[in-house]
Amino acid sequence: MSDTIIHLGNKRPLNMRWLLKMAWRDSRRNRGRLALFISSIVLGIAALVAINSFSNNLRADIDKQARSLIGADLVVATSKDIEPDMQKLLDSLAVGGDRSDEVRFASMVYFQASQGTRLVQVRALEKGGFPYYGAIETEPKSASSAFREEGRKALVDHTLLLQYNTKPGDSIKVGNLTFEIAGALHKIPGQSAMTATIAPAVYIPRHYLEETGLLQRGSRISYYHYYKLPQTTDADELANKLEPRFDEAGFGFDTVNSRKEDTGKAYDDLARFLALVGFVALLLGCVGVASAVHVYIREKLATIGVLRCLGVSGAQAFLIYLFQVMAMGLIGSIVGAILGSLIQLYLPELFKTFLPVEVTVAVSWSAILEGIAIGLVVAVLFALLPLLSIRNVSPLITLRAGIEHLTNQKDKVRWLVYLLILSFIFVFAYFQLDTWLRALAFTGGVIVGFLVLALLARAMMWFVKRFFPVNWGYVWRQSLANLYRPNNQTLLLTVSIGLGTALISTLFLMQRLLLSEVAIAGSENQPNMVLFDIQSSQKDEIKRVTKEAGLPVLQYVPVVTVRVEEINGLTAADVRKDTTLGIPDWAFTREYRVTYRDSLIDSEKEVDGTWTGTVKNPDKLIPVSLEDRYAERIKVKLGDTVLFNVQGALLPASVAHLREIEWNRVQTNFLVLFPEGVLEEAPQFHVLMTRTDSTAQSANFQRELVQRFPNVSAIDLDLILQTLDDILSKISFVIRFMALFSITTGLLVLIGSINISKFQRVQESVLLRTLGASRKQILSINAFEYLLLGALAAGTGVILSVAASWALAVFSFEVNFVPDFAPLLPVFLSITALTVFIGMLNSSGILNRPPLEILRGES
Amino acid sequence: MSIILDIKNLEKTYYSGHHPLTVLQGINFSLQAGDTCAIVGPSGSGKTTLLGLCAGLDRASAGSVILNGIKLDSLSEDERAQVRNQYVGFIFQNFQLIPTLTAVENVMVPLELRGERNVHRQAMDLLARVGLAERYDHYPTQLSGGEQQRVSLARAFSNKPTILFADEPTGNLDEETGQRVEKLLFDLNKEAGTTLVLVTHDLELAQKTDRIIRIKGGTVVSDQVTSSVVNNA
Repeated sequence: MSDTIIHLGNKRPLNMRWLLKMAWRDSRRNRGRLALFISSIVLGIAALVAINSFSNNLRADIDKQARSLIGADLVVATSKDIEPDMQKLLDSLAVGGDRSDEVRFASMVYFQASQGTRLVQVRALEKGGFPYYGAIETEPKSASSAFREEGRKALVDHTLLLQYNTKPGDSIKVGNLTFEIAGALHKIPGQSAMTATIAPAVYIPRHYLEETGLLQRGSRISYYHYYKLPQTTDADELANKLEPRFDEAGFGFDTVNSRKEDTGKAYDDLARFLALVGFVALLLGCVGVASAVHVYIREKLATIGVLRCLGVSGAQAFLIYLFQVMAMGLIGSIVGAILGSLIQLYLPELFKTFLPVEVTVAVSWSAILEGIAIGLVVAVLFALLPLLSIRNVSPLITLRAGIEHLTNQKDKVRWLVYLLILSFIFVFAYFQLDTWLRALAFTGGVIVGFLVLALLARAMMWFVKRFFPVNWGYVWRQSLANLYRPNNQTLLLTVSIGLGTALISTLFLMQRLLLSEVAIAGSENQPNMVLFDIQSSQKDEIKRVTKEAGLPVLQYVPVVTVRVEEINGLTAADVRKDTTLGIPDWAFTREYRVTYRDSLIDSEKEVDGTWTGTVKNPDKLIPVSLEDRYAERIKVKLGDTVLFNVQGALLPASVAHLREIEWNRVQTNFLVLFPEGVLEEAPQFHVLMTRTDSTAQSANFQRELVQRFPNVSAIDLDLILQTLDDILSKISFVIRFMALFSITTGLLVLIGSINISKFQRVQESVLLRTLGASRKQILSINAFEYLLLGALAAGTGVILSVAASWALAVFSFEVNFVPDFAPLLPVFLSITALTVFIGMLNSSGILNRPPLEILRGES
Repeated sequence: MSIILDIKNLEKTYYSGHHPLTVLQGINFSLQAGDTCAIVGPSGSGKTTLLGLCAGLDRASAGSVILNGIKLDSLSEDERAQVRNQYVGFIFQNFQLIPTLTAVENVMVPLELRGERNVHRQAMDLLARVGLAERYDHYPTQLSGGEQQRVSLARAFSNKPTILFADEPTGNLDEETGQRVEKLLFDLNKEAGTTLVLVTHDLELAQKTDRIIRIKGGTVVSDQVTSSVVNNA
């Protein structure tokens, strides 16, 4: 032989056409299995497409119906008495156009038909053109105009009418006056169903307002001015021009565009949050995809080895399976997008409580394309982890099947894939959350969630292996060994089912926690009824009436309305000029309700400084106490000065004391506390706290109160709890609806993973049956394994949810974490039972057929 | 005649933890075009390892493998795959057909990889040659063991290899079927003029080759011309 060594020619081309053909051919016998793992991403994509389609349609509808959002070109609102020069300005704006005025305040009303009383928002609307855009929807239809034009009539929110068994034509007493109910109010521009839940409205004609006797000095009253501007006037331009004057006077304003922006933003926030919940479902599905592809590739090792023997390069082998995954990802995403487009048909119904406009349903191609792209990218990214190992499959596997041919330890590309996955999650979260910090927190949360579940699963495997109960019966030992043997499902099931459980349990826990916060506050000897707007002249009389009704006077608190003029000598104008000061504008524009007393009460805790209960010489700097977080927000510390405006009289004060306040008690708490000896002569109203023992006692007392003192309002804890429960139920229903995607995805991943590992189980079960194991024994082995897996996954999820709820309670809602574990047990039990059920359902096919038939069929 | 396979001082050592285990040592032999050779030896003697190294499925720890003038030791795995596609055919004990492809598609793979045209017709001709033309669209699970090995033979010869490696080609077949496959193998090999390297326990089968290399404990203990060659001489 000659010694000449021939060198290999140029590198062969990849031959894409053939690779695609091979991917197609190879998938033919596995499509059922491939379909299973694409199903795990379907729901995540469906959730994203549904939410984004809905969001796009909502945005378009807000644009289309923008004018009816506020019903006018410009709305100016203030909660202060209007100075003459500002009144002139407000009047001048109506020249050439039109204006309708409205006065809003909270008051008790009395339903004569049912003899019920309730705190509502009274809106006294002037006869005028409002709404200039959109319409007031009432039942009967004529009531929308009749209530302002035909005598003493009122429009009452339809929920109130239902609640108090009252109908149009009945009477309602507002203050000293009785109104005939002209109709039920269903919708009015500017108000969503949610606003109606929080503060149901009763509209009365403006010219009856004085006669109701409800306008007392010190009452919390807001004035709204609705303008229809001349066609030549640009509302935004006008508002921008007047903004400095409005700001100075503490006026708020809204134009169609600003409301559109605010509304759009508010619903964008909600949509983004829900999209993130959908994204979690998608990520969960992707874990399923990664795991399914991992098992799939393991089963394909022999084929890959043969292909390598026949001359297929590592890259070509990798591409054959990458194309399969891409195709499946694409199909899954398209199916998800179709499903999502169908689900969005239901979303307007789901969100109707929160929506200010009618939402039309239309196919959103941008949402569909975005969903398909995200699905494809995420599915491929997660599948890359197991796919990468294909490049390293040795052709030697064809000669020696028993040895390990997949090693990922030294593959640096895997780290690149991890990095890509994290970057993708981070970028997606950034687009949903708008800030890098939040996106980082979301990504961190996802990593922690996955890591904790993965670590716990690994810890359990280690624990079972390390402390294996060798003396237990065979069935139990075999089940336990299944948890850590090669190709086990412990990690996958713990992560997927655990994450789903964690989501749903957190929702339950938070809802209960928030409700219990209020309930706890109302327990024992805490007050459960608050009477407010009591004038000084009514103070003693009401105290007497309360005692006569057999109710205790637990607190009687004077309330004075003040404003802040200066902080450390800086006015609002100074602060606006120098934004580096960081003092918020609202510190000057808002009204403060303050009180005075000589000591702290049990909901207050001293943080710093010295509390001076009584001041002898009010002409000097008044030592006041501020709530610690409020002081932090307006950038003041002990010793700083604040100039208060007490309805015209300027009162210089120094910050002498800082307090921490437990806000969740049903009682009056104040940001600013004055000592006695300063505000006694200022215009003020009073708040009385009492405790009723029954609903009947509460209703009787409120009825008597409304009849004798129409200006006094009462809030009872039942009403707060009922409203809160109502709001939380509505919100949590929406969130639960979205969490359902995660839970169902978890179940699909569970079904998928059990199915894809069926072959391994079949071989084992058949072997056991061949060796003489009974049907019952195999059934018990499988049942116990799934029981352990389900219990571990659900248990871990529940533990995670407790941790997540704690974090939410402490850092986000700032409430004490006293969890109610009651709903966790049913969640734990049902998810465990479901896991066992699905596991057993899959095994039943194996148990009912002869061993040989199965082996032939599966091989 | 040109040398197709040239093995020089071949050595293969595996590491179990830090402990080296040398399974092949000091192997030297060469084969010329059209030669048939059997590698025999007891279980664990290193014959399959030697076959893997000769065919470029694995990399030697020391020494060299030159296949058709190409030194395999310096090539990457992908380059060795290219060599296998161009010059090598394989037959395995457990057939190693791709279960998701039909019989004809299995035969087509090496041809398609080479970018050849009319691959379906060529593959069908080969299937006809091994007597399976009518079962071209059957999947491996729908074929008997003997039929699968015949498809495997058709695939092995489809890329007109210079050298064919067969690992216990009749090991999984009954005697009668095994003999039919053996005959087909030798007939096809003769027609194509391919160099054949056969790893087997079956001494009767080994006797049908020109040369028998016996391996024991990782070294060549004998290298003999067989009686078939002597008788034919």
